[in-house]
Amino acid sequence: MAIDILMPALSPTMEQGKLAKWLKKEGDKVKPGDVLAEIETDKATMEVEAIDEGVLAKILVSDGTDNVAVNTPIAVLAGEGEDVSAAASSARAPAAPAPEAQPAPTPDMQAEGLAQRPAPDGIQGTDVTPVAEPAAPAVITNRTTHDAMAEIPEGTEMVTMTVREALRDAMAEEMRKDGNVFVMGEEVAEYQGAYKVTQGLLQEFGPKRVVDTPITEHGFAGVGVGAAFTGLRPIVEFMTFNFAMQAIDQIINSAAKTLYMSGGQLGAPIVFRGPNGAAARVAAQHSQDFSAWYSNVPGLKVIAPYSASDAKGLLKSAIRDPNPVIFLENEILYGQSFPVPKLDDFTVPIGKARIHREGKDVTIVSFSIGMTYALKAAQELEKEGIQAEVIDLRTIRPMDTDTIVASVMKTGRCVTVEEGYPQSGVGAEIAARIMEHAFDYLDAPVIRVTGKDVPMPYAANLEKLALPTVAEVVQAAKAVCYR
Amino acid sequence: MAVAARKAGRAGSGAANKSTSTKGQVRKAAPNTPQFDKDQDLSAYNDMLLIRRFEEKSGQMYGMGLIGGFCHLYIGQEAVVVGMQMATREGDQVITGYRDHGHMLACGMDPKGVMAELTGRRGGLSKGKGGSMHMFSKEKHFYGGHGIVGAQVSLGTGLAFANHYRENGNVSLTYFGDGAANQGQVYESFNMAALWKLPVVYIIENNRYAMGTAVTRASAQTDFSKRGVSFGIPGEQVDGMDVRAVYAAAQRAIEHARTGKGPYILEMQTYRYRGHSMSDPAKYRTKDEVARMREEHDPIEQVRRRLLEGWKLSEDELKAIDSRVREIVNEAAEFATHDPEPDPSELYTDILL
Repeated sequence: MAIDILMPALSPTMEQGKLAKWLKKEGDKVKPGDVLAEIETDKATMEVEAIDEGVLAKILVSDGTDNVAVNTPIAVLAGEGEDVSAAASSARAPAAPAPEAQPAPTPDMQAEGLAQRPAPDGIQGTDVTPVAEPAAPAVITNRTTHDAMAEIPEGTEMVTMTVREALRDAMAEEMRKDGNVFVMGEEVAEYQGAYKVTQGLLQEFGPKRVVDTPITEHGFAGVGVGAAFTGLRPIVEFMTFNFAMQAIDQIINSAAKTLYMSGGQLGAPIVFRGPNGAAARVAAQHSQDFSAWYSNVPGLKVIAPYSASDAKGLLKSAIRDPNPVIFLENEILYGQSFPVPKLDDFTVPIGKARIHREGKDVTIVSFSIGMTYALKAAQELEKEGIQAEVIDLRTIRPMDTDTIVASVMKTGRCVTVEEGYPQSGVGAEIAARIMEHAFDYLDAPVIRVTGKDVPMPYAANLEKLALPTVAEVVQAAKAVCYR
Repeated sequence: MAVAARKAGRAGSGAANKSTSTKGQVRKAAPNTPQFDKDQDLSAYNDMLLIRRFEEKSGQMYGMGLIGGFCHLYIGQEAVVVGMQMATREGDQVITGYRDHGHMLACGMDPKGVMAELTGRRGGLSKGKGGSMHMFSKEKHFYGGHGIVGAQVSLGTGLAFANHYRENGNVSLTYFGDGAANQGQVYESFNMAALWKLPVVYIIENNRYAMGTAVTRASAQTDFSKRGVSFGIPGEQVDGMDVRAVYAAAQRAIEHARTGKGPYILEMQTYRYRGHSMSDPAKYRTKDEVARMREEHDPIEQVRRRLLEGWKLSEDELKAIDSRVREIVNEAAEFATHDPEPDPSELYTDILL
C-alpha cells in the first residue's frame, strides 16, 4: 500500500516550512534512513529521512516550494512489490502551499494583532476563533496613528519583517555604529543563533565581535558585566531566559547594583537578551516568564516588546542605554511579521507604553505575547459593542504609569494580560498602581488574566489550560463592564 | 599546639611548594627568591605598614561603633597585594572580593575616602552607599570590592576580555580566596580565559580558612595552584608571607598573561591574623597557631628585619616611617569620624544613568 510522506515539523512551534531540495527523484529506491529531502524554516534546516523501504513513486511538492504546511503529504512511497505507477496515481492532488499564517501586514498598526501560537484560543466550550482579518476599527484609530507617528515620521515607508529579522537588524546597525558593541552567547556565531536571531552577524563582524561561548551562563554573564565595567557594550544572549537563572546573581548583584554601590562611578552598559516565557510543548523548565522577576529590581531596565518595529527600535535604544537592560523576547513572536519603518536610525524610547488601539469602555494592559490575547479579545469585544483600549506596555521597568492611569481615568475599568504567574506578577503591580493613582476613577476592581499558578505542563491539553486565553480576557473585560 | 604544628607544616609539605617553610621554623626565602634592593624593601615596608595600621584602626573604629555591618580585615596578608602591585604597570586592573581594604590602599586609593566609606559618610569613595565591601576607582583601575563569593572571578575575567578586545596590553589581576576557589563560576571563568587566552592572573589568597572552615575540610584538592590543570592553566604556590617571593611570582605571571599566553594562577599561601569578620568566634583554630604565624612569618617583620640588619637603617628611621603612616591613618580616621552622613536625597541617586 502506498505510503504518504508528510512534511515534518522541526519544532513544536513550526507550522510550515520550505521544501528546499529533493535529494531523491521519482523512481529511486529508498531505504530507511536515506535522506529524501531538505526542508527549512526561517529558524533552521533539517533533512527528511525515509522511515520505510520502497520506491519513491511520486513527488507531490517540488523543490523550492515555500509555506508547506506541516503534515502535508510531500511524496508517495510505493511499498515492496507494489506497482509504482499505481501508487503514484493514487496520490492525492499536489497539496497547495499552506496559506500564510497571517495576512501580509500593512502599515496599519491594527494589523499587528495576528501573531499565532498553535491553538492560542479559548478553553473548551468557549473557544474564540481567531480573527483572520482585522475587524474594521469602529472606534477612533487616530490616537493609534498619532502615537505611532510620534515615533515614525509621516510618510515613512514601511517594510514587512519578522521580529527575528528586526532584532538582528537592530544589533547589526548598532554594531556598525559603535565598535564597543559586541554579542556573546551560546551558538550566536557559527550556528547563526539557536533561534537564528544573530544570523549573519558573524559573517559581517567576525569572531571577535560575535563570540560563541561555552555553555556556562553564570560565567559568561559575569564576563559580560566585567567587560561592561570597562565601557564595552556587550549584548549577552541567553539561549532562553530559563537558563539565565544560572546567571541571575551576576545580573542582579553585579550588573544592577554596581552603579549604586560605587556612588555613581562605575556602571554596566549591557544588554541581556533572549527568548522569555513559554514557547510550545517544552514543559516546565523551559516555559517561564521572568518579566515580573527582573522588574522587581532597581538598577535594571526591563523591556518586553510585541511588534517587530518595537523590537527593533527598543533593542537599539537598549544597546545605547548606559544601564543594564533585560530584553525579553518571545519565541512564538520571532517568526511573526510586522510593518517596520524603513529609516536609517529608528529607535523607540524606553519606558513609554503605546496605546495600540483606542477605546472608551475598558482598558486592557499587556505586553509581549500577551498582546496577542489582548488584541484578539478587543476584536471580539467590539462585536459585542464593547470598545476596549489596548495598551502595550513595551517596557516593564520603568513602567509607564501615566499612560495606564490616563486610560483608566477614561474607561474606569482595567484588565491586565500576561503569561506569567499571578502572584506578584506584572498585573499585580499594575493593579496596585491604579489603586494608588486612579482609585476614585475605578468602576470595578482590576482583573488579572495570567498564566495559571502551576509549573507549565507538557501535555497539549494541560498546556493550553495553563496559558491565558482570549476567552478569559473577553470574560474579564465583560466582568469589569458588568456585562 | 599539635594543631598549630600540623597546620604550619601543611604548607611546607606540598611538593610544588616554592617556599622552604618547615614545621615550626622561620620561613626562609628559597634560594631562587629574588633579593630586593633598599628602595624596594622600603617601598614594600611602607605600603604594607599602611595597610596594617589602617586595618588596626578600622578594627578600633568598628569597636567604637563607627563602622557597621561586615568588616573583613586584611591583617597578615599584606605581602600579597603589595608584592603583586609592585609588578604591575599603569592600566592593569585589580578586582577582589570583600576583604578589599588592602587592595584599595595598594592601588593608591585615598585612605580618607576608604575610611569614610567604612563609616558610611558622604566623603567615602562610594558616597557612603557601598560600605566596606563595595568601593571602586576607575582612575586607579580598581573594579571592586564584591560581596558575592567568587563573583569577582567572572567579572575579572571580563576585564581581561575587554583588554583582549581592545588589544591594550593590560592585565587583569583577579583575587579570590581559598573559599571562593570552590565556586562553580571560577571554573567556568578558567575555561573561557584559557580558551580565549585572556590576559588575567588569578591570585588565590589561601589564608587557610574560608570563614571558619579549614581548607582541608572544604577542598578535595588543597593545592590550589593545580586548580587550573585541566584547562592547561599554569600555576604555582607562592610564599605569600614573603613580599619578595610574591613579587617574583607576580612578574612571571603577569609577563605570561601580557604576552598573550593566557591566564596564570598564583596560589598565595598566606594567613589572616584576625577573624573572618569582626564577629568571628575564633573557635576553629588555636591561639597558638595564630601567635606562631605572627611571630615567625609576619610579612612586615621580615622586611623590617632586612631594613635594620641588611640595609642598616636605624630604629629611629623606621620610627619615622611608622609615624608618617600613623599620621595618614589618623587623618583618615579623623575625616571618617566627622564627615557628615550622605544627604538623604542620595537615597535615590545613582540607580540608573
